[in-house]
Amino acid sequence: MDSVANIILYFVVALIVVIFSVATVMTRKILRAATYLLFVLIGTSIFYFQLGYQFLGAVQIAVYAGGIMVLFVFAIHLTHRPDEEVAYLRNHRRAIGATVSVLGGILLVLALLYMPLSHEANLMSCLDGSATISMKEIGKAFTGTEKFQYLLPFEAISILLLACIIGGVTVARKR
Amino acid sequence: MDLNMLWYLVPSVIMFVAGVYGFVTRKNMIALLISLELMLNSADLNFVIFNRFLYPGSMEGMVFTLFAIAIAAAETAIAIAIIVNIYRKLHSTEIDEVDKMKY
Repeated sequence: MDSVANIILYFVVALIVVIFSVATVMTRKILRAATYLLFVLIGTSIFYFQLGYQFLGAVQIAVYAGGIMVLFVFAIHLTHRPDEEVAYLRNHRRAIGATVSVLGGILLVLALLYMPLSHEANLMSCLDGSATISMKEIGKAFTGTEKFQYLLPFEAISILLLACIIGGVTVARKR
Repeated sequence: MDLNMLWYLVPSVIMFVAGVYGFVTRKNMIALLISLELMLNSADLNFVIFNRFLYPGSMEGMVFTLFAIAIAAAETAIAIAIIVNIYRKLHSTEIDEVDKMKY
């Protein structure tokens, strides 16, 4: 039995995520699509907080809702007039998209319903005191080389971000 | 009422399916990128949900999601740089007008 507050929070956030992720792909104005995507990302970060991953939720807000959304809004303003509408593709393409997504959604939901282990644990039993992850554990996991420690991928990510900065400047600069 | 794994996986499925629909139907490149972000986000959410409900004692799903978020940020920055560059050359961001490469 989960607490009532958790259940109400779940339903509010799930409704926001579902409505705005459909609105993101249905709207005609591209700036509105970016705004709806922002709501979906913030809803996802509330899911992360509710599941007990506070650091991950903060990273989601800072990197996705902060950084990537600013990039999107800048790119949209650099390439569009403010009130321009995005035309859909031809009609048969839209039918293909609807068919693929509805069929895929039905298949995925069926696979979920037949999944073993899905009814075993509820949120309360998974969220007992030992489950919350402290900042110290995360720091140790990112700076060690033992089992379940990730120094090498961490450094690889830093090199990837450096390459990304250099690549972005090289590709987008004026010649 | 119990909030088990299925309750959290269903919004994630709908997010992914909406991303697929947008990826197939949109023709603006930035709108395509937005649909791609929806799909990536739903995959990240799945990692976290499986970590929390099936392996509550470990944190590998969270670590994988952290790396996925960093890589998604890098990918989006590069993609937007390419789109701005294409717009500067062709004055359009529609994918069916981008059918020539330099060589």
